[in-house]
Amino acid sequence: MNDTTDCKPLRQRTLRWVLLEFLGSMNLAITLLVVVAVASVIGTVLQQNQPYPGYILKFGPFWFEVFRQIGLYNVYGSGWFMSILAFLILSTSVCIYRQAPVLWREMTQFRTRVRLDSLRGFHQQAEWQLRHREASIVQKTLGEILKTRGYRWHIEDHGDHRVIAATKGRFSRLGYLCTHAAVVIIGIGGLLDGNLWLKFKEWSGDLRIETRDLAARDLPPESRLAPGAVPAFRGNVMLPEGATANFVFLRVRDGFVLQELPFAIELKDFQVAYYDTGQPKSFASEVLIHDQEHLGSQPLAATIRVNHPLVYRGYAIYQSDFGDGGSKLEMQVWPLIAPRTQPVAARGEIGNALKIGGPSAPLTLELNEFRLFNLLPEPSAQPGDRKFRNFGPSFSFKLRNPAGEAQEYFNYMAPAQLEGRWFYISGKRTQPAGPFTYLHIPADTQNSPERFLRFNARLRDREWLREWMERSPAPGNNPDFQHDFNQVRLNLIELFTQGGFIAVTEQAKAVVPAGRLKEATTLYLNILRDTLADVFIQVLHDEGMNVEQGISDQEEAFFNDAISALAALADYGSPFYLQLTGFQQVEASGLQVTRSGGTAVVYTGFALLIIGIFVMLYTSHRRLWIWLADEEGATRLVLAGVSSRRLVEFAGEFSELRTALEKQIND
Amino acid sequence: MSVTREVMLEQQWEPSSFSQRFSSLDGLWALLVMAGSIYIWWLYRSYMDSYEIAIQAGSTAALIAWGVYWKPARPFTLVAAALTALALWRYDATYELRLSDFWLKYFLESQAAFMWMSALYVLATITYFAAMFTRSDFAGKTATALTWCATAMGLTGLLVRWRESYLLGADIGHIPVSNLYEVFILFALITALLYLFYEDRHRTRSMGGFALLVISGAVGFLLWYTFDREAHHIQPLIPALQSYWMKIHVPANFIGYGAFALAAMLGVAYLLQNWAGTRWPDGQLARVLPPLHLLDDVIYKAIALGFAAFTLATILGALWAAEAWGGYWSWDPKETWALIVWLNYAAWLHLRMTKGWRGAPMAWWAVIGLLVTLFAFLGVNMFLSGLHSYGTL
Repeated sequence: MNDTTDCKPLRQRTLRWVLLEFLGSMNLAITLLVVVAVASVIGTVLQQNQPYPGYILKFGPFWFEVFRQIGLYNVYGSGWFMSILAFLILSTSVCIYRQAPVLWREMTQFRTRVRLDSLRGFHQQAEWQLRHREASIVQKTLGEILKTRGYRWHIEDHGDHRVIAATKGRFSRLGYLCTHAAVVIIGIGGLLDGNLWLKFKEWSGDLRIETRDLAARDLPPESRLAPGAVPAFRGNVMLPEGATANFVFLRVRDGFVLQELPFAIELKDFQVAYYDTGQPKSFASEVLIHDQEHLGSQPLAATIRVNHPLVYRGYAIYQSDFGDGGSKLEMQVWPLIAPRTQPVAARGEIGNALKIGGPSAPLTLELNEFRLFNLLPEPSAQPGDRKFRNFGPSFSFKLRNPAGEAQEYFNYMAPAQLEGRWFYISGKRTQPAGPFTYLHIPADTQNSPERFLRFNARLRDREWLREWMERSPAPGNNPDFQHDFNQVRLNLIELFTQGGFIAVTEQAKAVVPAGRLKEATTLYLNILRDTLADVFIQVLHDEGMNVEQGISDQEEAFFNDAISALAALADYGSPFYLQLTGFQQVEASGLQVTRSGGTAVVYTGFALLIIGIFVMLYTSHRRLWIWLADEEGATRLVLAGVSSRRLVEFAGEFSELRTALEKQIND
Repeated sequence: MSVTREVMLEQQWEPSSFSQRFSSLDGLWALLVMAGSIYIWWLYRSYMDSYEIAIQAGSTAALIAWGVYWKPARPFTLVAAALTALALWRYDATYELRLSDFWLKYFLESQAAFMWMSALYVLATITYFAAMFTRSDFAGKTATALTWCATAMGLTGLLVRWRESYLLGADIGHIPVSNLYEVFILFALITALLYLFYEDRHRTRSMGGFALLVISGAVGFLLWYTFDREAHHIQPLIPALQSYWMKIHVPANFIGYGAFALAAMLGVAYLLQNWAGTRWPDGQLARVLPPLHLLDDVIYKAIALGFAAFTLATILGALWAAEAWGGYWSWDPKETWALIVWLNYAAWLHLRMTKGWRGAPMAWWAVIGLLVTLFAFLGVNMFLSGLHSYGTL
């Protein structure tokens, strides 16, 4: 792109001229390049096209509105950004418009009208006075030298002198045209594939963005696009296994519209494969394309994988996401704070909410996610020792109280072995993205959480505890003392089950003078521990175990784990433990369907750009002028040259040419 | 631009006709590369699809052209190939041998090779600076030799790592340009080769210290990444990266990054020389630093090469995106930053080629350009989330 603003002769300053001059100026072009670069940064710093409530939380209502008005949530689709791009395209077009005729002349014409002075002013020039040489012979020698170097030339006789104009690599000039045309072509193709069509339809009133959370079938016709209504779109649909859809959703700002497809996609099966390390290896959707018009009753079967889209009738279908398509779960609901020991069976589907907890403390159970595998780093592995273990199926759910506050839980189906013992693991968190804190419920000899839950239920059953204590008084205690002692024991257990060990020590702090605190706390904890052990032994006895001879190490370890779990229950926050007992997995595959009418245009631009850049940077248009004049028995020879690029290389080439010429004419 | 006589003399002038350039030695080189390539294809053909065979054929042609265009590429390629062959022969089919076989453990296992590469690059950097200040020809030659050795070890390490990934499991095997650790090695190698090319063509070692400084920086990052983050383990490819496009998109990108990095380091040298030259025109510093006209020329050449390679890489990336992400352009942060880098250097080239800007402002711009490039290369992965962060899928 030559800047000709400075050297053009003065012309009449018409509006057209001023406009062309402004749009085609190098300064504007460079400014636009920099402005596009800087404006592009915004969209990478602020995450684009997120749900609007997130932005409100981040910026507050005032700034949210300001940023919304200037289109910061979709910078690259905003009017002002599009205008800058359009300006860049326009400016480049004007450059081409002004430069193309000049370049064409330089490529096709030999400039034989040159002045001797101007040749002498070239950087690359040489001059000789050749005695006893006729110009015509010199000219013949010159012709040979130029020919071997691949120059084309043209001679013009001006009477007193002749001018040879030679040229080589003139197509190098095309590099400029290719690159700049490529920028325009890519820009136009990109605009064709952008959201201009949607914007236009919305502006003309044909289309309304739907912001309500509606199912596809409930969507009003003004929020639907018929097949072919727009030449370019990118839409998504989440298909559960076995489901069929003949539409995709296009996300627009804080809402969406529905794009109908001229065919239907049925998801037969969705498969995720894993490496041994636990990382996903492949995501694959087995689909059937139903298209009565083009395929008849025989659907087209295909597998869509990441990097392997299916292109059907100009629509490209990609694997882009996955999720749960409504897996069916069977659960046992174990009460944790009520003295009952029997679980209640429950069934649910991922994505659904169940009422749970009865009228006194109603809760909503939202089933969020089911996972078939949980490949996690081996907990006992040394750092750097890359071992993984499959912890098996899990599900996550939220318990929401009537005030709308929710806690999230993550429960594994099967017990996991940690340090040689087996635990049912349940994670809990109150912050949406916070870390989970885990409850480890020891599994009993039947590999079930039942013993722990029965133990827990006994501890919360004040009536049973009282009866049990009265039934088995310690021998030798007088009845009054026994009664007081039982009361203390009952209170300690209640404190413990409500608030763990901390509640017990806090209580001690509240009632015991500071001087005897340590002694008293130890006493309390010992009494509590002994009582818990006695209840535990009773639970084992009720199971039918013979506990006359004391308990085994295994039971003792269970007891210790149970006490830890009981203490942790105070913070668990759920009145239930949900045990997953059965499932039927239904996966869903997120498919992206796109249509981009401008692709061929853009790819043409890509090809031109690559060719253009290499031609422009690595070839050059070299021109030589030779002035030959007969002067009183001698011949004056002036050689001058210029190159469009690669000046250093040309300087070498010129000096080599000069040496060769000297050698030839001196022979 | 005025071309002074000294600039011309620095240029190694070669006659331009193709037949003159293509000697019988070139023919031998071409045959050797083709034979090697066919042998490699025969060995590993079961892993390759038609696209990958096409890429191999293209790379073979490119390697032949490279060796013809620049002679030192030949011994370099042959040494790296021989070392790799030795390593593969020692390995046979047992990955665990890397801990027991003497040759593998201390020299050729990829991790060992990278350690050699790292040490040699750092040594070369020091030697280049020593050569510059002492004006010792011997030290200069040593520095060049060290750089060549480091680069050969690095390339060997990458090639061996490629094989190692297959030894870990046929489904894990992939070209080692798939994560930040691996591409940092690629970056060091390509930057070094670009530098060595300009050193050879301009017959001067005065730029070496500056070029090697950025490579040593990369080595420093690599060592931290290895020992602190344990990032050197070979990881299987996530589904999004399982494509033949990776084999061409990533290397093309790193030619761009390497060339821009080289230009920026020479920009630093330019600014230093400019400062020293005005402050103490006859001082020691102005004498040992590379001359301005040379720096100016090489900065331009590096940026031009980087721009061409980066354009190609971005277009290849767009074609890949059209196959993987549903469109050739998604305004993903990495894509957008690639565009920013491209626009930045496009503006630089326009100013230089049409406005004729030269000197300190352009050197400053080349240095700042590296910051932009560095953000596109590293910052996007570290600070911004998007498709290139390879989150869930």
